[in-house]
Amino acid sequence: MFMENKNFTTVQSRLAAGEINLTGLVTDYLTAIEESKKLNIYVEVFAEEALQRAKVLDEKFAKDPTSVGRLYGMVISIKDVICYKDHKVTGGSKILTDFESLYTATALQRLLDEDVIVIGRVNCDEFAMGSGNENSFYGPTINAVGENRVPGGSSGASAVSVQANTCLASLGSDTGGSVRQPAAFCGLVGLKPTYGRISRYGLLAYASSFDQIGTITNTVADAALLLEIMAGPDAYDSTASPRPVEKYSDLDTKASPKKIAYFKSALDHPSMDSEIRAASLDFLEKLKKDGHEVSGLDFDLLDYLIPAYYVLTTAEASTNLSRYDGVRYGYRSEDVNDLQETYKKSRTEGFGKEVKRRILLGTFVLSSGYYDAYYGKAQKVRRLITEQTKEIFQSYDYMVMPVTPSVAWKIGDQSTDPVAAYLADIYTVQANMTGIPAIALPLGKNKENMPFGIQIMSDRHTEFSLLNFANSIDFQ
Amino acid sequence: MKIDNSLILKLENLARLQLSGEERAMMNSDLNKMLDLVSKMDELELDHIEPLVHLTDAVNVLRPDIITEKTTRRDALKNAPDHDENGFLVPKVIK
Repeated sequence: MFMENKNFTTVQSRLAAGEINLTGLVTDYLTAIEESKKLNIYVEVFAEEALQRAKVLDEKFAKDPTSVGRLYGMVISIKDVICYKDHKVTGGSKILTDFESLYTATALQRLLDEDVIVIGRVNCDEFAMGSGNENSFYGPTINAVGENRVPGGSSGASAVSVQANTCLASLGSDTGGSVRQPAAFCGLVGLKPTYGRISRYGLLAYASSFDQIGTITNTVADAALLLEIMAGPDAYDSTASPRPVEKYSDLDTKASPKKIAYFKSALDHPSMDSEIRAASLDFLEKLKKDGHEVSGLDFDLLDYLIPAYYVLTTAEASTNLSRYDGVRYGYRSEDVNDLQETYKKSRTEGFGKEVKRRILLGTFVLSSGYYDAYYGKAQKVRRLITEQTKEIFQSYDYMVMPVTPSVAWKIGDQSTDPVAAYLADIYTVQANMTGIPAIALPLGKNKENMPFGIQIMSDRHTEFSLLNFANSIDFQ
Repeated sequence: MKIDNSLILKLENLARLQLSGEERAMMNSDLNKMLDLVSKMDELELDHIEPLVHLTDAVNVLRPDIITEKTTRRDALKNAPDHDENGFLVPKVIK
């Protein structure tokens, strides 16, 4: 039954035909959650309330099929960084133990208003810092494919929740690739919209000038529909763009000839896996055959992306995470004599290793005497990269890039050198550095049957064109 | 640039963290690896580049000055590790 329910259009038509009902669908998802427990996907399952809501919606639908919202039949999971009123949210961290949201994230509220069902909140790297879902207070989440492989991160469990058919879609967040990379590692579609396209109100902050809510789905069409509903201005987030929201879900299956750029230095990068490289080149060839113009460009800044990204994001993280002080909410150390110790011990005991590492680096690059040499410099690099990227889009419609230099690694393989893991973000951080939208699409599997993806990027606020193009590609 | 023991102690204090000796040694080595990675930026000529501070073109996004928050005192206190009916409680500051 699940194979037939892997996209929302099918779910909707089966609901309309009376072949299934929402209560039955939620029950099946709950069974799948039970059966996939060893993958450590869910931090909390909202079983009872999901069933309750399904029942109410089924009754509403039976009385009048036009009375339900556009997402009647859509069951999603949410990453443990998205606030949902009266539900817990912990950012995968001990420091937010038992924290209950006082409000619902704008993006999620808009989905709820269209009758989405949230089946549970899922694991992630602590405060979204990581690429393997290994840095969580709740332990690692495991890829449903392969043996003991990471699902990617930081929205790793979001990806596995869809991969293991425990829901139809998942809300994640993408600061440097955290939606696209796990999507690629799990053979799914990951969309990071333009910075500011979706309100960040109610998203636990990691690096505010990079963070963006994104989706993990089986299809481009589902990503487009969710984006259309979530996007738009919000009085609670002044960085949310006031631009009108286009009808992203009105997708074409054909694209007129487009101009596509790729970076030669990306495909020839020493860290690049040969199978992914070959498949990416085949993909570019295919685009040419489909009538598109494909050009390989020189881009000298590729190796400067990660250094600048880590300076800027750790700086923003050290500032954002200063709010966790053990006073107003979250974990407080008991073993203290004064207020200073309350701060220090609560934070030291509450944060995990990777978070502390990034807070300390961020504190360093912002500290007096080092600010200009690190933080100021990284902001200049960001300007350079943003301008060069803008220039590319004056001549080209899209950029094509691998999502990752490798497939998912084995759990624990990258724990010895935290810095080596950072380099795995090489192809995804450009979109966050420059604020452009990017979508990861499943491209293939390597000889060990591990999935990998291909990424398409476009200029800021051109999601409509990006999604149409992504939807037009026939991967068969 | 190298981060040494005295600098890491200073950073710990600024970040309100308190590492154990073993943790500090490991952090020290990790931070230096991170700085090595970051030092790649030194290769670029950046003298005449303006830093990019904001990612959107928006300037002064305003909304009417109307109270919309509905958080009650009770709600605001419900997640606190220690509180009374009026506010958050912390260990004595002035002794």
